[in-house]
Amino acid sequence: MDFRSGGVRVSVVLVDAGGTNIGSVRYALQRLGVDAALTSDAATIRGADKVILPGVGAAGPGMARLRELGLVELLRLLRQPVLGVCLGMQLLCAHSEEGDTECLGVIPATVRRFAEAPGVRVPHMGWNQLRAERVHPLLAGLGDDDQAYFVHSYAVPVCDFTLASTDHAGAFSAVVARANFHGMQFHPERSGAVGARLLKNFLSL
Amino acid sequence: MLSRRIIPCLDVRDGQVVKGVRFRDHVVMGEIVDLAWRYRDEGADELVFYDITASPEGRSVDRTWVEKVARVIDIPFCVAGGIRSVDEARAVLHAGADKISVNSPALERPELIDELAAAFGVQCVVVGIDSLHDADGEWRVRQYTGDPSKTRVLPRGTLDWMVEAQQRGAGEIVLNCMGSDGVRRGYDLDQLSIARAICHVPLVASGGAGAPEHFRNVFVEADVDGALAASVFHAGIIAIPALKRYLSGQGVPVRL
Repeated sequence: MDFRSGGVRVSVVLVDAGGTNIGSVRYALQRLGVDAALTSDAATIRGADKVILPGVGAAGPGMARLRELGLVELLRLLRQPVLGVCLGMQLLCAHSEEGDTECLGVIPATVRRFAEAPGVRVPHMGWNQLRAERVHPLLAGLGDDDQAYFVHSYAVPVCDFTLASTDHAGAFSAVVARANFHGMQFHPERSGAVGARLLKNFLSL
Repeated sequence: MLSRRIIPCLDVRDGQVVKGVRFRDHVVMGEIVDLAWRYRDEGADELVFYDITASPEGRSVDRTWVEKVARVIDIPFCVAGGIRSVDEARAVLHAGADKISVNSPALERPELIDELAAAFGVQCVVVGIDSLHDADGEWRVRQYTGDPSKTRVLPRGTLDWMVEAQQRGAGEIVLNCMGSDGVRRGYDLDQLSIARAICHVPLVASGGAGAPEHFRNVFVEADVDGALAASVFHAGIIAIPALKRYLSGQGVPVRL
């Protein structure tokens, strides 16, 4: 696979904010033929064609790390396509209930904890169905029965920016987008052919 | 709706996948990456790798194969075996594992679960429990089951330990019912149903799968989130695509 734009290879960076899934996301991009640089350098991030913010862990430490690296304002002002994965998606939102954390605020939504109820296990862990709520190039080729792999205890409720939703004790946002900022709550790097397709869609934006 | 997971378990010893009966007499089943790829291709929802000799030998998982698997495989996988500290867990997670599972080391020092949950979030932390029904009617926990000569019976009740593990930050529990392991007569539905009632995080059944009905029964009757099996998959007794079609026909939500 070759992602070229005007004859120039598209450069993709992975923001190194300390998440443990960075390696997995990088390998998934390699399987698509893209060698993404892992960086926390402001100039490299600003100059990239595509920026991916991975992340596994908690919102508070995630934001603390971005502040330490001096990346908060920079990320907010990016104009190229940005993709937040799992915690990375939650960090794009305004606020997270997890540790009462103020996040980047580029997607005006609040991240909430799943309400525990009989038969509803938290964390939400496993493969679950993606339901397209809107037409968007990020969802190109997504089938009705396509499933993705989720592992999380907090989620973004369905809102104006929801592109796809998933049910776990009611619907929540599985994919969001606002302007150049995109988020996937599941792990595309661990979601088989469906995840590869969605990552490819992002690289093609 | 959340799918029920089919999870092949690959017991790793000296860089190869092995399987024993009732945790003894291990036979080599194949190369790690080859088997991992085969299961991913057949529709396994997740893979678990147990370095079964790491804990009894007092060493941590060999990370070179973890990285090899992570490069190739695009479904989640969990690694277990002798992870005793946050640093060892970090190395395995950074090598590309999605989750780490602790068993014997968590029994040695239960605070390990709290430390792992604090460092990586509960979603990364699986607690494996090896449990056997004792003559007095109690289920009790076993330690160092990877090596029969080192296996210890602990005074800890299985259910007490399951409650404590969740309080400390287990994000998932794998309950291995040793009495039914390797003999293919079905999962221990009694024990798993009782465990389910006190387990609020995802629960994975392990030990006893021999036929497609066993998977159906453990999902429908014990309401587990995932079913783990090894020999029936390695020996080709059950093919995952056919198993999933059968389960779907039985009304069990699966990823096809």
